[in-house]
Amino acid sequence: MRASPADQTILDRRNLDWYIDKVVQVLVFVGGISAIIFIIGIFVFITREGIGFIFSSWDPIEFFTSPRWAPTSSHNPTYGALALILGTASVTGLAMIVAVPFSLGAAIYIGEFASGKTRESLKVLVELLAAIPSVVWGFIGLSILNPLIIQWFNVPIGLNVLNAGVILGLMAAPIMTTIAEDALKAVPDTYREAAEAMGAARWQVIFKVVLPAAKPGLLAAVLLGVGRGFGETMAVLMASGHSINIPTSIFDSVRALTATIAAELGETAHGSDHYQALFVLGIFLFLITFLINLTADLVVRGIRNR
Amino acid sequence: MKKATLTLMLFALVACGRSDSPSRTLIQNKGSDTLVNVAQAWAEAYKDVDPNAAIAVTGGGSGTGISALINGTVDIANASREMKDSEVEMAQQNGVEPKEWIVGYDALAVYVHPDNPADSFNLAQLAEIYGEGGSFETWDQLGITVPGCDSREIVRVSRQNNSGTYVYFREAVLGTERDYKLGSRDMHGSKDVVDLVENTPCAIGYSGFAYATDHIKMPCISTTEGAECVAPAVQTAVDGSYPVARPLFMYTNGEPTGAVAEYLDWIMSDVGQCIIQKKGYAPARSVSCE
Repeated sequence: MRASPADQTILDRRNLDWYIDKVVQVLVFVGGISAIIFIIGIFVFITREGIGFIFSSWDPIEFFTSPRWAPTSSHNPTYGALALILGTASVTGLAMIVAVPFSLGAAIYIGEFASGKTRESLKVLVELLAAIPSVVWGFIGLSILNPLIIQWFNVPIGLNVLNAGVILGLMAAPIMTTIAEDALKAVPDTYREAAEAMGAARWQVIFKVVLPAAKPGLLAAVLLGVGRGFGETMAVLMASGHSINIPTSIFDSVRALTATIAAELGETAHGSDHYQALFVLGIFLFLITFLINLTADLVVRGIRNR
Repeated sequence: MKKATLTLMLFALVACGRSDSPSRTLIQNKGSDTLVNVAQAWAEAYKDVDPNAAIAVTGGGSGTGISALINGTVDIANASREMKDSEVEMAQQNGVEPKEWIVGYDALAVYVHPDNPADSFNLAQLAEIYGEGGSFETWDQLGITVPGCDSREIVRVSRQNNSGTYVYFREAVLGTERDYKLGSRDMHGSKDVVDLVENTPCAIGYSGFAYATDHIKMPCISTTEGAECVAPAVQTAVDGSYPVARPLFMYTNGEPTGAVAEYLDWIMSDVGQCIIQKKGYAPARSVSCE
Protein backbone atom coordinates (compact mmCIF):
# COMPACT_ATOMS: atom_id res chain seq x y z
CA MET A 1 0.00 0.00 0.00
CA ARG A 2 1.31 3.41 -0.91
CA ALA A 3 1.24 6.16 1.67
CA SER A 4 -0.80 9.16 0.75
CA PRO A 5 1.06 12.45 0.15
CA ALA A 6 -0.10 13.68 3.55
CA ASP A 7 1.40 10.67 5.31
CA GLN A 8 4.67 11.14 3.44
CA THR A 9 5.01 14.67 4.71
CA ILE A 10 4.47 13.45 8.25
CA LEU A 11 6.98 10.61 7.90
CA ASP A 12 9.59 12.77 6.18
CA ARG A 13 11.50 14.33 9.02
CA ARG A 14 13.85 16.25 6.75
CA ASN A 15 13.22 19.64 8.26
CA LEU A 16 15.88 22.31 8.90
CA ASP A 17 17.14 20.61 12.07
CA TRP A 18 17.66 17.39 10.17
CA TYR A 19 19.83 19.18 7.60
CA ILE A 20 21.82 21.02 10.25
CA ASP A 21 22.37 17.72 11.98
CA LYS A 22 23.69 16.15 8.77
CA VAL A 23 25.97 19.09 8.00
CA VAL A 24 27.41 19.09 11.50
CA GLN A 25 27.91 15.33 11.30
CA VAL A 26 29.94 15.73 8.12
CA LEU A 27 31.92 18.63 9.56
CA VAL A 28 32.82 16.69 12.70
CA PHE A 29 33.76 13.67 10.62
CA VAL A 30 36.00 15.74 8.34
CA GLY A 31 37.53 17.42 11.38
CA GLY A 32 38.14 14.03 12.93
CA ILE A 33 39.93 12.53 9.95
CA SER A 34 41.58 15.80 8.84
CA ALA A 35 44.84 14.95 10.56
CA ILE A 36 45.05 11.74 8.54
CA ILE A 37 44.16 13.58 5.32
CA PHE A 38 46.82 16.21 5.96
CA ILE A 39 49.56 13.79 6.85
CA ILE A 40 48.85 11.65 3.78
CA GLY A 41 48.65 14.80 1.66
CA ILE A 42 51.99 16.05 2.95
CA PHE A 43 53.63 12.70 2.40
CA VAL A 44 52.26 12.42 -1.13
CA PHE A 45 53.41 15.97 -1.89
CA ILE A 46 56.98 15.63 -0.68
CA THR A 47 57.29 12.20 -2.24
CA ARG A 48 56.00 13.46 -5.58
CA GLU A 49 58.54 16.30 -5.58
CA GLY A 50 61.45 14.06 -4.67
CA ILE A 51 60.60 10.72 -6.29
CA GLY A 52 61.91 11.64 -9.73
CA PHE A 53 65.36 12.21 -8.28
CA ILE A 54 65.30 8.97 -6.28
CA PHE A 55 64.68 6.98 -9.44
CA SER A 56 66.88 8.94 -11.85
CA SER A 57 70.15 10.12 -10.38
CA TRP A 58 69.99 9.31 -6.66
CA ASP A 59 72.92 7.33 -5.39
CA PRO A 60 71.95 5.93 -1.97
CA ILE A 61 75.53 4.91 -1.19
CA GLU A 62 76.75 8.44 -1.80
CA PHE A 63 73.74 9.86 0.08
CA PHE A 64 74.44 7.91 3.25
CA THR A 65 78.22 7.67 3.21
CA SER A 66 79.60 10.85 1.62
CA PRO A 67 79.80 14.11 3.54
CA ARG A 68 80.12 16.09 0.31
CA TRP A 69 76.89 18.03 -0.07
CA ALA A 70 77.76 20.14 -3.12
CA PRO A 71 74.58 20.41 -5.19
CA THR A 72 75.61 23.62 -6.95
CA SER A 73 79.08 22.51 -7.98
CA SER A 74 79.67 23.56 -11.56
CA HIS A 75 81.43 20.39 -12.70
CA ASN A 76 80.73 17.69 -10.14
CA PRO A 77 77.52 18.07 -8.14
CA THR A 78 77.29 15.52 -5.33
CA TYR A 79 74.53 14.88 -2.84
CA GLY A 80 76.16 13.29 0.18
CA ALA A 81 74.07 13.76 3.30
CA LEU A 82 76.27 12.00 5.85
CA ALA A 83 77.55 15.24 7.39
CA LEU A 84 74.02 16.63 7.55
CA ILE A 85 72.65 13.48 9.18
CA LEU A 86 75.49 13.44 11.70
CA GLY A 87 75.01 17.16 12.29
CA THR A 88 71.35 16.68 13.14
CA ALA A 89 72.12 13.60 15.22
CA SER A 90 74.91 15.24 17.22
CA VAL A 91 72.89 18.34 18.00
CA THR A 92 69.83 16.30 18.96
CA GLY A 93 71.97 13.95 21.05
CA LEU A 94 73.52 16.77 23.02
CA ALA A 95 70.11 18.40 23.37
CA MET A 96 68.79 15.23 24.98
CA ILE A 97 71.75 15.09 27.36
CA VAL A 98 70.83 18.62 28.40
CA ALA A 99 67.06 18.23 28.39
CA VAL A 100 66.45 14.79 29.91
CA PRO A 101 67.82 15.48 33.42
CA PHE A 102 66.23 18.94 33.44
CA SER A 103 62.81 17.87 32.32
CA LEU A 104 62.63 14.66 34.34
CA GLY A 105 63.78 16.57 37.42
CA ALA A 106 61.21 19.27 36.78
CA ALA A 107 58.47 16.70 36.18
CA ILE A 108 59.29 14.81 39.41
CA TYR A 109 59.35 18.03 41.39
CA ILE A 110 56.11 19.39 39.91
CA GLY A 111 54.31 16.05 40.00
CA GLU A 112 55.49 14.61 43.32
CA PHE A 113 56.79 17.35 45.59
CA ALA A 114 55.37 20.76 44.74
CA SER A 115 51.86 21.55 45.83
CA GLY A 116 49.34 24.35 45.71
CA LYS A 117 50.54 27.65 44.29
CA THR A 118 54.12 26.57 43.62
CA ARG A 119 52.89 23.70 41.51
CA GLU A 120 50.42 25.78 39.54
CA SER A 121 52.83 28.63 38.86
CA LEU A 122 55.60 26.20 37.85
CA LYS A 123 53.27 24.49 35.40
CA VAL A 124 52.31 27.83 33.87
CA LEU A 125 55.95 28.88 33.61
CA VAL A 126 56.98 25.64 31.93
CA GLU A 127 54.18 26.06 29.42
CA LEU A 128 55.25 29.66 28.86
CA LEU A 129 58.77 28.43 28.10
CA ALA A 130 57.31 26.20 25.39
CA ALA A 131 55.69 29.25 23.80
CA ILE A 132 58.95 31.08 23.03
CA PRO A 133 59.31 31.20 19.24
CA SER A 134 62.21 29.20 17.85
CA VAL A 135 63.67 32.21 16.04
CA VAL A 136 64.03 33.91 19.43
CA TRP A 137 65.93 30.87 20.70
CA GLY A 138 68.13 31.08 17.62
CA PHE A 139 68.73 34.72 18.30
CA ILE A 140 69.80 33.90 21.85
CA GLY A 141 72.22 31.32 20.47
CA LEU A 142 73.62 33.70 17.89
CA SER A 143 74.06 36.82 19.98
CA ILE A 144 74.36 35.66 23.61
CA LEU A 145 75.72 32.10 23.66
CA ASN A 146 78.14 32.62 20.74
CA PRO A 147 80.39 35.22 22.44
CA LEU A 148 80.09 33.41 25.80
CA ILE A 149 81.27 30.11 24.32
CA ILE A 150 84.19 31.86 22.58
CA GLN A 151 85.15 33.50 25.86
CA TRP A 152 84.71 30.51 28.19
CA PHE A 153 86.24 27.77 26.07
CA ASN A 154 88.64 29.87 23.99
CA VAL A 155 87.44 28.37 20.73
CA PRO A 156 87.51 30.20 17.38
CA ILE A 157 83.75 30.27 16.94
CA GLY A 158 80.80 29.81 19.26
CA LEU A 159 78.32 28.61 16.67
CA ASN A 160 78.70 24.88 17.12
CA VAL A 161 77.22 21.62 18.40
CA LEU A 162 77.42 22.86 22.00
CA ASN A 163 75.53 26.07 21.25
CA ALA A 164 72.82 24.43 19.16
CA GLY A 165 72.55 21.48 21.56
CA VAL A 166 72.02 23.68 24.60
CA ILE A 167 69.47 25.84 22.77
CA LEU A 168 67.63 22.81 21.45
CA GLY A 169 67.73 21.16 24.87
CA LEU A 170 66.10 24.19 26.45
CA MET A 171 63.50 24.20 23.69
CA ALA A 172 62.66 20.53 24.06
CA ALA A 173 62.61 20.54 27.87
CA PRO A 174 59.16 22.13 28.40
CA ILE A 175 57.24 19.69 26.21
CA MET A 176 59.16 16.79 27.75
CA THR A 177 58.40 18.09 31.23
CA THR A 178 54.68 18.36 30.50
CA ILE A 179 54.43 14.85 29.06
CA ALA A 180 56.62 13.32 31.77
CA GLU A 181 54.49 14.96 34.44
CA ASP A 182 51.35 13.55 32.86
CA ALA A 183 52.97 10.13 32.93
CA LEU A 184 53.75 10.50 36.64
CA LYS A 185 50.21 11.66 37.32
CA ALA A 186 48.85 8.61 35.52
CA VAL A 187 50.40 6.35 38.17
CA PRO A 188 47.49 5.59 40.52
CA ASP A 189 47.78 7.04 44.01
CA THR A 190 47.07 3.59 45.43
CA TYR A 191 50.63 2.62 44.35
CA ARG A 192 52.09 5.45 46.42
CA GLU A 193 49.80 4.74 49.36
CA ALA A 194 50.68 1.07 49.32
CA ALA A 195 54.39 1.83 49.20
CA GLU A 196 54.12 4.31 52.04
CA ALA A 197 52.09 1.83 54.05
CA MET A 198 54.98 -0.59 53.66
CA GLY A 199 57.18 2.03 55.29
CA ALA A 200 58.93 3.35 52.18
CA ALA A 201 60.45 6.82 52.42
CA ARG A 202 59.44 9.52 49.93
CA TRP A 203 62.45 8.96 47.69
CA GLN A 204 62.00 5.22 47.84
CA VAL A 205 58.39 5.65 46.75
CA ILE A 206 59.44 7.75 43.79
CA PHE A 207 62.44 5.74 42.63
CA LYS A 208 61.22 2.23 43.34
CA VAL A 209 57.52 2.58 42.63
CA VAL A 210 56.42 5.66 40.74
CA LEU A 211 59.26 5.94 38.19
CA PRO A 212 59.20 2.25 37.20
CA ALA A 213 55.42 2.40 36.86
CA ALA A 214 55.65 5.55 34.70
CA LYS A 215 58.57 4.30 32.62
CA PRO A 216 56.79 3.95 29.26
CA GLY A 217 55.33 7.44 29.59
CA LEU A 218 58.71 8.91 30.48
CA LEU A 219 60.28 7.12 27.52
CA ALA A 220 57.58 8.57 25.28
CA ALA A 221 58.37 12.04 26.64
CA VAL A 222 62.04 11.59 25.74
CA LEU A 223 61.19 10.26 22.28
CA LEU A 224 58.90 13.18 21.56
CA GLY A 225 61.74 15.47 22.64
CA VAL A 226 64.01 13.68 20.16
CA GLY A 227 61.40 14.19 17.45
CA ARG A 228 61.22 17.85 18.31
CA GLY A 229 65.00 18.07 18.10
CA PHE A 230 65.15 16.41 14.68
CA GLY A 231 62.50 18.66 13.26
CA GLU A 232 63.61 21.99 14.69
CA THR A 233 64.92 24.30 12.00
CA MET A 234 65.32 27.98 12.70
CA ALA A 235 67.15 27.82 16.02
CA VAL A 236 69.50 25.15 14.70
CA LEU A 237 70.15 27.11 11.51
CA MET A 238 71.17 30.13 13.54
CA ALA A 239 73.11 28.46 16.35
CA SER A 240 74.90 25.53 14.69
CA GLY A 241 77.21 27.51 12.39
CA HIS A 242 75.65 25.95 9.28
CA SER A 243 78.86 24.31 8.20
CA ILE A 244 79.18 20.97 6.39
CA ASN A 245 81.36 19.11 8.79
CA ILE A 246 81.55 15.70 10.41
CA PRO A 247 81.69 16.69 14.07
CA THR A 248 84.54 15.31 16.15
CA SER A 249 84.01 17.51 19.19
CA ILE A 250 81.20 19.62 20.60
CA PHE A 251 83.07 22.72 19.45
CA ASP A 252 82.74 21.85 15.75
CA SER A 253 80.26 23.74 13.61
CA VAL A 254 77.73 21.48 11.95
CA ARG A 255 74.77 21.71 9.66
CA ALA A 256 71.38 20.12 10.19
CA LEU A 257 69.12 18.47 7.60
CA THR A 258 66.29 20.86 8.34
CA ALA A 259 68.52 23.93 8.16
CA THR A 260 69.86 22.82 4.77
CA ILE A 261 66.34 22.60 3.35
CA ALA A 262 65.39 25.96 4.85
CA ALA A 263 68.48 27.73 3.57
CA GLU A 264 68.52 26.31 0.06
CA LEU A 265 64.98 25.54 -1.06
CA GLY A 266 63.92 29.15 -1.54
CA GLU A 267 66.59 29.84 -4.11
CA THR A 268 66.39 26.67 -6.10
CA ALA A 269 64.68 26.45 -9.46
CA HIS A 270 61.60 24.20 -9.32
CA GLY A 271 62.16 20.71 -10.61
CA SER A 272 65.96 20.91 -10.78
CA ASP A 273 68.07 18.08 -9.34
CA HIS A 274 69.01 20.26 -6.39
CA TYR A 275 65.34 21.01 -5.65
CA GLN A 276 64.44 17.34 -5.79
CA ALA A 277 67.44 16.36 -3.68
CA LEU A 278 66.22 18.75 -0.98
CA PHE A 279 62.87 16.97 -1.07
CA VAL A 280 64.68 13.66 -0.66
CA LEU A 281 66.16 15.12 2.52
CA GLY A 282 62.59 16.08 3.44
CA ILE A 283 61.33 12.53 2.86
CA PHE A 284 64.18 11.17 4.96
CA LEU A 285 63.40 13.60 7.81
CA PHE A 286 59.71 12.84 7.59
CA LEU A 287 60.34 9.10 7.85
CA ILE A 288 62.66 9.53 10.84
CA THR A 289 60.32 11.79 12.81
CA PHE A 290 57.39 9.56 11.83
CA LEU A 291 59.21 6.52 13.19
CA ILE A 292 60.17 8.33 16.39
CA ASN A 293 56.63 9.54 17.00
CA LEU A 294 55.20 6.15 16.13
CA THR A 295 57.53 4.48 18.62
CA ALA A 296 56.58 7.03 21.28
CA ASP A 297 52.91 6.40 20.57
CA LEU A 298 53.27 2.62 20.75
CA VAL A 299 55.17 2.96 24.00
CA VAL A 300 52.42 5.13 25.52
CA ARG A 301 49.79 2.67 24.27
CA GLY A 302 51.80 0.04 26.07
CA ILE A 303 51.00 1.63 29.44
CA ARG A 304 47.33 2.05 28.74
CA ASN A 305 46.82 -1.56 27.76
CA ARG A 306 48.48 -2.98 30.78
CA MET B 1 65.52 40.95 3.80
CA LYS B 2 63.14 41.75 6.64
CA LYS B 3 63.32 45.33 5.60
CA ALA B 4 62.48 44.28 2.08
CA THR B 5 59.46 42.31 3.26
CA LEU B 6 58.34 45.28 5.31
CA THR B 7 58.68 47.52 2.31
CA LEU B 8 56.65 45.09 0.27
CA MET B 9 53.95 45.08 2.93
CA LEU B 10 53.93 48.85 3.03
CA PHE B 11 53.63 48.99 -0.72
CA ALA B 12 50.86 46.45 -0.58
CA LEU B 13 49.06 48.64 1.98
CA VAL B 14 49.58 51.72 -0.13
CA ALA B 15 48.43 49.87 -3.20
CA CYS B 16 45.29 48.70 -1.42
CA GLY B 17 44.55 52.11 -0.02
CA ARG B 18 44.67 53.74 -3.40
CA SER B 19 43.03 51.08 -5.46
CA ASP B 20 40.47 53.69 -6.52
CA SER B 21 42.91 55.27 -8.96
CA PRO B 22 42.81 53.01 -12.01
CA SER B 23 46.04 54.13 -13.70
CA ARG B 24 48.25 52.92 -10.85
CA THR B 25 50.57 50.07 -11.82
CA LEU B 26 52.41 47.70 -9.51
CA ILE B 27 55.83 46.46 -10.57
CA GLN B 28 57.05 43.32 -8.80
CA ASN B 29 60.82 43.38 -8.32
CA LYS B 30 62.53 40.48 -6.57
CA GLY B 31 65.90 38.80 -6.20
CA SER B 32 69.51 39.33 -5.17
CA ASP B 33 70.22 40.35 -1.59
CA THR B 34 73.20 42.26 -2.92
CA LEU B 35 70.95 44.45 -5.04
CA VAL B 36 68.10 44.76 -2.57
CA ASN B 37 69.29 47.99 -0.96
CA VAL B 38 69.79 49.67 -4.31
CA ALA B 39 66.53 48.33 -5.66
CA GLN B 40 64.76 49.86 -2.68
CA ALA B 41 66.51 53.19 -3.12
CA TRP B 42 65.48 53.18 -6.79
CA ALA B 43 61.91 52.27 -5.91
CA GLU B 44 61.69 55.07 -3.38
CA ALA B 45 63.22 57.72 -5.62
CA TYR B 46 61.01 56.63 -8.50
CA LYS B 47 57.91 57.54 -6.50
CA ASP B 48 58.70 61.19 -7.22
CA VAL B 49 59.28 60.51 -10.91
CA ASP B 50 56.10 58.57 -11.54
CA PRO B 51 53.65 58.68 -8.63
CA ASN B 52 51.40 56.21 -10.43
CA ALA B 53 53.92 53.38 -10.37
CA ALA B 54 54.43 51.35 -7.22
CA ILE B 55 57.48 49.12 -7.12
CA ALA B 56 57.42 46.25 -4.66
CA VAL B 57 60.96 45.17 -3.83
CA THR B 58 61.83 41.88 -2.14
CA GLY B 59 65.16 40.20 -1.57
CA GLY B 60 65.75 36.49 -1.05
CA GLY B 61 68.70 35.95 -3.36
CA SER B 62 69.46 35.82 -7.06
CA GLY B 63 68.09 32.29 -7.37
CA THR B 64 64.81 33.32 -5.78
CA GLY B 65 64.41 36.21 -8.21
CA ILE B 66 65.27 34.09 -11.23
CA SER B 67 62.92 31.30 -10.10
CA ALA B 68 60.18 33.91 -9.73
CA LEU B 69 60.86 35.20 -13.24
CA ILE B 70 60.76 31.65 -14.60
CA ASN B 71 57.47 31.07 -12.82
CA GLY B 72 56.17 34.39 -14.12
CA THR B 73 55.45 35.95 -10.72
CA VAL B 74 57.70 39.02 -11.04
CA ASP B 75 58.15 41.77 -13.61
CA ILE B 76 61.83 42.34 -12.91
CA ALA B 77 64.26 39.84 -11.35
CA ASN B 78 67.43 41.15 -9.72
CA ALA B 79 70.48 38.92 -9.95
CA SER B 80 74.09 39.24 -8.95
CA ARG B 81 75.05 36.48 -11.38
CA GLU B 82 74.22 35.69 -14.96
CA MET B 83 71.30 33.35 -15.60
CA LYS B 84 72.50 29.82 -16.23
CA ASP B 85 71.73 28.14 -19.56
CA SER B 86 69.57 25.61 -17.75
CA GLU B 87 67.57 28.43 -16.19
CA VAL B 88 67.09 30.17 -19.53
CA GLU B 89 65.88 26.87 -20.99
CA MET B 90 63.47 26.36 -18.12
CA ALA B 91 62.18 29.91 -18.59
CA GLN B 92 61.64 29.33 -22.30
CA GLN B 93 59.70 26.16 -21.53
CA ASN B 94 57.41 28.32 -19.39
CA GLY B 95 57.06 30.86 -22.20
CA VAL B 96 59.33 33.42 -20.56
CA GLU B 97 62.03 35.04 -22.69
CA PRO B 98 64.58 36.52 -20.25
CA LYS B 99 66.17 39.80 -21.30
CA GLU B 100 69.29 40.89 -19.50
CA TRP B 101 70.19 44.39 -18.28
CA ILE B 102 73.50 45.23 -16.61
CA VAL B 103 72.56 47.91 -14.10
CA GLY B 104 75.89 48.29 -12.29
CA TYR B 105 78.94 46.54 -10.89
CA ASP B 106 79.72 45.20 -7.44
CA ALA B 107 83.11 44.65 -5.92
CA LEU B 108 83.27 41.61 -3.60
CA ALA B 109 85.48 42.49 -0.67
CA VAL B 110 87.39 39.96 1.39
CA TYR B 111 86.71 40.75 5.03
CA VAL B 112 88.80 40.00 8.10
CA HIS B 113 88.51 40.96 11.77
CA PRO B 114 89.89 44.48 12.49
CA ASP B 115 92.57 42.96 14.77
CA ASN B 116 93.83 40.78 11.93
CA PRO B 117 97.13 42.23 10.64
CA ALA B 118 96.62 40.89 7.08
CA ASP B 119 96.69 43.77 4.58
CA SER B 120 96.64 41.95 1.30
CA PHE B 121 95.76 38.64 -0.30
CA ASN B 122 96.42 37.32 -3.75
CA LEU B 123 93.96 35.10 -5.59
CA ALA B 124 96.18 32.02 -5.18
CA GLN B 125 96.17 32.45 -1.41
CA LEU B 126 92.40 32.83 -1.35
CA ALA B 127 92.08 29.70 -3.48
CA GLU B 128 94.25 27.76 -1.03
CA ILE B 129 92.03 29.00 1.83
CA TYR B 130 88.64 28.46 0.20
CA GLY B 131 89.21 25.86 -2.50
CA GLU B 132 88.64 22.12 -2.25
CA GLY B 133 91.99 20.51 -1.60
CA GLY B 134 93.53 23.84 -0.63
CA SER B 135 96.26 23.55 1.98
CA PHE B 136 95.78 26.68 4.10
CA GLU B 137 93.98 25.78 7.33
CA THR B 138 95.72 27.99 9.87
CA TRP B 139 96.78 31.63 9.89
CA ASP B 140 100.33 30.46 10.67
CA GLN B 141 100.61 29.02 7.16
CA LEU B 142 100.06 32.55 5.84
CA GLY B 143 102.66 33.90 8.25
CA ILE B 144 100.04 35.84 10.14
CA THR B 145 99.44 35.87 13.89
CA VAL B 146 95.97 37.12 14.70
CA PRO B 147 95.53 38.52 18.21
CA GLY B 148 92.57 36.88 19.96
CA CYS B 149 92.69 33.84 17.70
CA ASP B 150 94.50 31.31 19.89
CA SER B 151 93.52 28.26 17.89
CA ARG B 152 95.12 29.77 14.73
CA GLU B 153 92.36 28.12 12.70
CA ILE B 154 91.14 30.03 9.65
CA VAL B 155 87.38 30.24 10.18
CA ARG B 156 86.05 30.40 6.62
CA VAL B 157 82.80 32.31 6.29
CA SER B 158 80.89 31.69 3.09
CA ARG B 159 77.36 31.96 1.71
CA GLN B 160 74.58 29.44 1.16
CA ASN B 161 75.34 27.48 -1.96
CA ASN B 162 72.87 29.07 -4.34
CA SER B 163 73.50 32.72 -3.67
CA GLY B 164 74.89 34.77 -6.54
CA THR B 165 77.73 35.94 -4.34
CA TYR B 166 78.75 32.32 -3.64
CA VAL B 167 78.70 31.43 -7.33
CA TYR B 168 80.59 34.54 -8.41
CA PHE B 169 83.31 34.29 -5.76
CA ARG B 170 83.87 30.66 -6.74
CA GLU B 171 84.19 31.65 -10.38
CA ALA B 172 86.54 34.57 -9.72
CA VAL B 173 88.79 32.92 -7.14
CA LEU B 174 88.59 29.16 -7.70
CA GLY B 175 87.80 29.09 -11.40
CA THR B 176 85.04 27.06 -13.00
CA GLU B 177 86.57 23.65 -12.29
CA ARG B 178 87.05 23.86 -8.55
CA ASP B 179 84.65 23.70 -5.63
CA TYR B 180 84.74 25.20 -2.18
CA LYS B 181 86.34 23.29 0.65
CA LEU B 182 83.69 21.78 2.91
CA GLY B 183 83.32 23.09 6.43
CA SER B 184 82.84 26.78 5.79
CA ARG B 185 80.21 28.59 7.84
CA ASP B 186 77.53 29.32 5.30
CA MET B 187 75.66 32.50 6.16
CA HIS B 188 72.27 33.37 4.82
CA GLY B 189 72.84 36.97 3.75
CA SER B 190 75.49 39.48 2.75
CA LYS B 191 75.16 41.31 6.02
CA ASP B 192 75.36 38.15 8.16
CA VAL B 193 78.83 37.47 6.75
CA VAL B 194 80.04 40.91 7.81
CA ASP B 195 78.40 40.56 11.25
CA LEU B 196 80.06 37.22 11.93
CA VAL B 197 83.53 38.26 10.73
CA GLU B 198 83.29 41.45 12.76
CA ASN B 199 82.85 39.39 15.95
CA THR B 200 85.21 36.51 15.21
CA PRO B 201 88.97 37.17 15.32
CA CYS B 202 89.84 33.96 13.42
CA ALA B 203 87.41 34.60 10.59
CA ILE B 204 87.76 35.46 6.92
CA GLY B 205 84.72 36.14 4.75
CA TYR B 206 83.59 37.61 1.45
CA SER B 207 80.64 39.85 0.73
CA GLY B 208 79.66 42.89 -1.29
CA PHE B 209 81.93 45.78 -0.43
CA ALA B 210 78.91 48.04 0.09
CA TYR B 211 78.21 46.06 3.29
CA ALA B 212 81.43 47.19 4.97
CA THR B 213 81.15 48.76 8.41
CA ASP B 214 83.61 50.78 10.48
CA HIS B 215 84.46 47.70 12.53
CA ILE B 216 85.78 45.49 9.80
CA LYS B 217 88.87 45.32 7.64
CA MET B 218 89.04 44.90 3.86
CA PRO B 219 92.50 43.82 2.68
CA CYS B 220 93.45 44.65 -0.90
CA ILE B 221 93.51 41.90 -3.54
CA SER B 222 96.13 41.20 -6.17
CA THR B 223 95.75 38.79 -9.07
CA THR B 224 99.15 37.15 -8.62
CA GLU B 225 101.89 37.37 -6.04
CA GLY B 226 103.84 40.58 -6.59
CA ALA B 227 101.19 42.17 -8.80
CA GLU B 228 99.68 45.49 -7.84
CA CYS B 229 97.34 45.13 -4.85
CA VAL B 230 94.00 46.82 -5.50
CA ALA B 231 91.61 47.89 -2.76
CA PRO B 232 87.89 47.37 -3.34
CA ALA B 233 86.28 50.70 -4.26
CA VAL B 234 83.77 52.15 -6.69
CA GLN B 235 86.57 53.51 -8.87
CA THR B 236 88.53 50.26 -9.10
CA ALA B 237 85.36 48.33 -9.88
CA VAL B 238 84.39 50.68 -12.73
CA ASP B 239 87.83 50.73 -14.33
CA GLY B 240 88.13 46.94 -14.02
CA SER B 241 91.36 46.91 -12.03
CA TYR B 242 89.80 45.22 -8.99
CA PRO B 243 89.92 41.47 -9.66
CA VAL B 244 86.75 40.43 -7.82
CA ALA B 245 84.13 42.75 -9.30
CA ARG B 246 81.01 41.48 -11.02
CA PRO B 247 78.17 42.89 -13.04
CA LEU B 248 74.75 43.23 -11.43
CA PHE B 249 71.79 42.21 -13.55
CA MET B 250 68.13 42.85 -13.91
CA TYR B 251 66.06 40.44 -16.00
CA THR B 252 62.71 41.09 -17.61
CA ASN B 253 60.38 38.85 -19.60
CA GLY B 254 61.12 39.88 -23.17
CA GLU B 255 61.45 43.49 -24.25
CA PRO B 256 59.67 45.40 -21.47
CA THR B 257 56.78 47.68 -22.25
CA GLY B 258 54.86 50.41 -20.46
CA ALA B 259 55.68 51.16 -16.85
CA VAL B 260 58.43 48.51 -16.59
CA ALA B 261 60.24 49.93 -19.64
CA GLU B 262 60.01 53.45 -18.28
CA TYR B 263 61.35 52.30 -14.92
CA LEU B 264 64.33 50.51 -16.46
CA ASP B 265 65.10 53.49 -18.71
CA TRP B 266 65.10 55.68 -15.63
CA ILE B 267 67.42 53.25 -13.79
CA MET B 268 69.89 53.44 -16.69
CA SER B 269 69.65 57.24 -16.79
CA ASP B 270 72.16 59.48 -15.01
CA VAL B 271 69.81 59.92 -12.04
CA GLY B 272 69.35 56.18 -11.55
CA GLN B 273 73.05 55.45 -12.03
CA CYS B 274 73.99 58.09 -9.46
CA ILE B 275 71.75 56.34 -6.92
CA ILE B 276 73.56 53.01 -7.33
CA GLN B 277 76.90 54.81 -7.02
CA LYS B 278 75.72 56.52 -3.84
CA LYS B 279 74.84 53.10 -2.38
CA GLY B 280 78.45 51.99 -2.73
CA TYR B 281 78.28 50.08 -6.00
CA ALA B 282 79.82 51.01 -9.31
CA PRO B 283 77.50 52.35 -12.02
CA ALA B 284 77.12 50.52 -15.33
CA ARG B 285 78.85 53.38 -17.17
CA SER B 286 80.78 56.35 -15.87
CA VAL B 287 78.45 59.14 -14.80
CA SER B 288 79.20 62.43 -13.11
CA CYS B 289 77.16 62.84 -9.95
CA GLU B 290 77.20 65.88 -7.73
